[in-house]
Amino acid sequence: MSRESMEYDVVIVGGGPSGLSTAIKLKQLDPNLNVCLLEKASEIGAHILSGNVFETRALDELLPNWKDLNAPVKTKVSKEKFLFLGKTKSLSWPTWLLPAVQQNHKNYIISLANLCRWLAEQAEALGVEIFPGFPASEILYNEDGSVKGVATQDMGIDKDGNKKDSFEPGMELLGKVTVFAEGCRGHLGKQLIKNFNLNKDKNPQQYGIGFKEIWEINEKNHEEGLVMHTAGWPLDNNTYGGSFMYHAENKQVFLGYVIGLDYKNPHLSPFDEFQRFKTHPAIKKIIEGGKRISYGARALIEGGIQSLPKMYMPGALLVGCDAGTLNMPKIKGSHTAMKSGMIAAETIVDHIKDNKNLSIYEEKFKNSWVYEELFRARNVKPSFSWGLILGIIFTGIDQILFKGKLPFTLKHKHADHETLKDAKDMPRIEYPKPDNVITFDKTSSVYLTGTNHTDNQPVHLKLKDPELPINYTLEKFDEPAQRYCPAGVYEVQNENGQNKFVINSQNCIHCKTCDIKEPSQNITWVTPEGGGGPKYGNM
Amino acid sequence: MSVLLIAEHNNKELRPFTLNAVTAAAQIDQDVHALIIGNNSEEAQKALAALPLVKKVISVEAAHYENFTAENFAPVVIKLSENYSHIVSSANTFGKNLMPRIAAILDTSQISDITKVISSDTFVRPIYAGNAFATVKSNDSKKCITIRPTSFEACESSGGSAPIEKAEGVEEFVQTKFIKREEVKSDRPELGTARIVVSGGRGMQSGENFKLITDVADKLGAAIGASRAAVDAGYITNDHQVGQTGKVVVPDLYIAVGISGAIQHLAGMKESKVIVAINKDGEAPIFSVADYGLEADLFEALPQLLAELNKLNTIQK
Amino acid sequence: MKILVAVKRVIDYNVQIRVKEDGSGVVTDNVKMSTNPPDDNAVEEAVKIKESGKATEVIAVTIGEEKAQETVRKALAVGADRGIHVKADGILEPLTVSKLLQKVVDKEKPDLVLMGKQAIDDDCNQTGQMLSALLNWPQATFASKIDVKDKKLEVVREVDEGLETIEINLPAVVTCDLRLNEPRYASLPNIMKAKKKTIDLLNASDLGVDVSPRIQQIKVEEPPKRKAGIKVASVAELVQKLKNEAKVI
Repeated sequence: MSRESMEYDVVIVGGGPSGLSTAIKLKQLDPNLNVCLLEKASEIGAHILSGNVFETRALDELLPNWKDLNAPVKTKVSKEKFLFLGKTKSLSWPTWLLPAVQQNHKNYIISLANLCRWLAEQAEALGVEIFPGFPASEILYNEDGSVKGVATQDMGIDKDGNKKDSFEPGMELLGKVTVFAEGCRGHLGKQLIKNFNLNKDKNPQQYGIGFKEIWEINEKNHEEGLVMHTAGWPLDNNTYGGSFMYHAENKQVFLGYVIGLDYKNPHLSPFDEFQRFKTHPAIKKIIEGGKRISYGARALIEGGIQSLPKMYMPGALLVGCDAGTLNMPKIKGSHTAMKSGMIAAETIVDHIKDNKNLSIYEEKFKNSWVYEELFRARNVKPSFSWGLILGIIFTGIDQILFKGKLPFTLKHKHADHETLKDAKDMPRIEYPKPDNVITFDKTSSVYLTGTNHTDNQPVHLKLKDPELPINYTLEKFDEPAQRYCPAGVYEVQNENGQNKFVINSQNCIHCKTCDIKEPSQNITWVTPEGGGGPKYGNM
Repeated sequence: MSVLLIAEHNNKELRPFTLNAVTAAAQIDQDVHALIIGNNSEEAQKALAALPLVKKVISVEAAHYENFTAENFAPVVIKLSENYSHIVSSANTFGKNLMPRIAAILDTSQISDITKVISSDTFVRPIYAGNAFATVKSNDSKKCITIRPTSFEACESSGGSAPIEKAEGVEEFVQTKFIKREEVKSDRPELGTARIVVSGGRGMQSGENFKLITDVADKLGAAIGASRAAVDAGYITNDHQVGQTGKVVVPDLYIAVGISGAIQHLAGMKESKVIVAINKDGEAPIFSVADYGLEADLFEALPQLLAELNKLNTIQK
Repeated sequence: MKILVAVKRVIDYNVQIRVKEDGSGVVTDNVKMSTNPPDDNAVEEAVKIKESGKATEVIAVTIGEEKAQETVRKALAVGADRGIHVKADGILEPLTVSKLLQKVVDKEKPDLVLMGKQAIDDDCNQTGQMLSALLNWPQATFASKIDVKDKKLEVVREVDEGLETIEINLPAVVTCDLRLNEPRYASLPNIMKAKKKTIDLLNASDLGVDVSPRIQQIKVEEPPKRKAGIKVASVAELVQKLKNEAKVI
């Protein structure tokens, strides 16, 4: 059976904020364009996870009447807090002393997954064809090397790679322009960056892992519209990270933690840091008596402008965090992702109508407010490589006094997979056992994500060298995959005295952390059969 | 008003779940009349009359009732239904097949698979595969109810002497023809319906070691289950998997061996009547749901278990 | 032969359902929904019968809110020829659904109606039997094998005792077990083609059926949490307890 193919004007890979904004803007600029959008999740929104305190700037431009269209953007930020946590104490930082980028009074507490569901409805009403459940698994190239489109994943392949009776070949989707909007560490975006050398002369990309839980809490502890961030405990001075807690509608709080993936101690477990964080008296008193109803995790971009690759190549564009447009000091990437998609749409229309080169994307991007924002934000994250305290002092000077206009740019020196030190040289960390009230283990957490992958399909986490985890990584780094994976996919098991590296790929929640942090870059995340992965609701 | 209980039988004896259905029926109203439709079912009629909770047996006999087709049974029940406020049967394939056919003609909204009687019009029933329980109240004047047999004890089976009345049948429904029934001649009961399930987890350490589970299961006449971890490790095929993505089982006895008890597994077996956990990790979550926990090395405990079972004179099957 | 297949939209079976705090039901907002799994088997069987040349048309029907149409679209993508969506909001009891389906049957006059044996949300297991009663047609529930013969079906049913084989004259209603077949994937090209197939819209209110529920849902609760029992010291003690205390062996 050969693959069928279908031609579109524009093929978009990924149904997050950037991909959907690209689609909507395209149809607004030219309703006659044929636009299709592929999404690997079983439905739009099911793989979306974000804080999220939302700045409406891009949405105001894209759909100015979003309020009339009943966008799920309802809970305005009413109050802000910033706490420094010690082990048991907390110190409240006055909000007037926060840099402007961290002030949120005009913003809204939203579920990005629900915003995406709504954006998809708007896109479909404009005639965009959206196909959830179909991951783009392969980039197709023209003879001249330009991008021709993508192919979707074959379905019905067994774990040994043979065709099952139910086999259905993938389909080729060809576009005059293909837009890659897979989000952070997109597996096709990663190939494009390499093939077209898009990160030439750029700093290595920086990542974080973000966790989120939704809690239904006691009415007396709930303050709709309250936004709270923390820094400090349980992380040490040398590890970059912090928490968020957003009080949303219906007695819910969105509680989360972000840890920079440039951490050095292989014994560190981001998941357990997050769980432990919840036991701090300042946090526990808010969620105590409540109930955890959702869990999830996803890698995010932290590199900023220094690490932002070139976003155009022959036949294709990168948008949103497939390139890396998140504004780290703002802890926001939705509005910049949307705007990058809107600029991409303008570029594509110029390209198709007036035959302009796709390279005008860069110029348009540089003239936009996204670039301005990212430029001002550029020195914050690298300054934290000096530690939390110096980072905060520098950020105060950079952001409050100079508003991001200091005449130099700090560099990111290492890729995240290069930062781990040998296990024997770093302190072991004893994490407390979960109490199943405030803190939980990974399996019961994954349970809440609704994650599944159909049985009998190839493992979608590929090892370049299958022996390496046991022969090298275990010895040197105590196989950190056991800890950095937020879903318990990786285990080292001892069977009859033999160590065995086990990959429970059905648990994978598509966060991509393994693909980023594995010290030898031995793990590659590829797309599983369509519809697999988490089924997030209001994340 | 009285309750009309539809007995399930094989013309010779009552099917065991009829006794559970009688218990439920008597909780709704003491005046339980049991209807037995069959062919040459005298023995079963007598067994029914011997149930102390049954006040009257109504027997309907004809050749075309030999094979329990719903199309033939439903009109009989409907004809007799006038004097009854409730019509009850057990929610196994017999009752599930038959009751809605009665309810539709009586224009009553059936309540399926109840696990609890709150009052004569209010019942509890599981929804979403037992992940939630709904309390529902029927506003129909006549109520059609199927009961979950494992949620009600079997009633006393002897000592009663209810009168047996004969009633007339209804003309045969000729569009449906029974051909054959094959009892599945497996040495092992089906995982989904077994009375006892013995399950192994990753603690089994290999596929060969599942032999230890098989031996105990053979002795108990039990089905064999497994956790997803054991299936993924290739110890056993996935048709044995119990849990979120496998089967949901509700046996009388569930023995979990070398299973840590991840919530995904618990989702598939936590409604079992009695749970036994054998695990060497005393802190394994499985112990938090087990009625009887044995903290031990399974490689020692399973052979001992087999030996102890061999010492017993009788084992319920 | 014309086949009508009924499909229902339910919470996806992978989603861990959550009971609402006020006990009014389970949370369905922004929850991933799918076709009821055994209904997929029903669609697959209908399409297979058509592919074998024994049926001329497969019509997929759903009853429910606006978005229920997605289930019909999916049926169209795997081979149904056209669709019907009967719009109705709120809780629909099997009795109501079977009455509405009866109206659709009166209109379409199919020779065979297929559907899943049970929906995984309310777990009622009633609709197929009720429909066949209202039509006074033969029924074959829990089908794990269907052989189409001239104006007849031979159906193997999964019953507690094992397997039962019956022969039913058409027209008839058959409810499908998960073991009946393995549903195929909806491939992307077929999903694209399915967008061009027609779905007729009907309103439940226009069909003259009273859709108001007869059963009042008083409350929905989480299952009671199981408590830890006792630890036994030895295998012998365990067996003794199981025999004499729990009385399960």
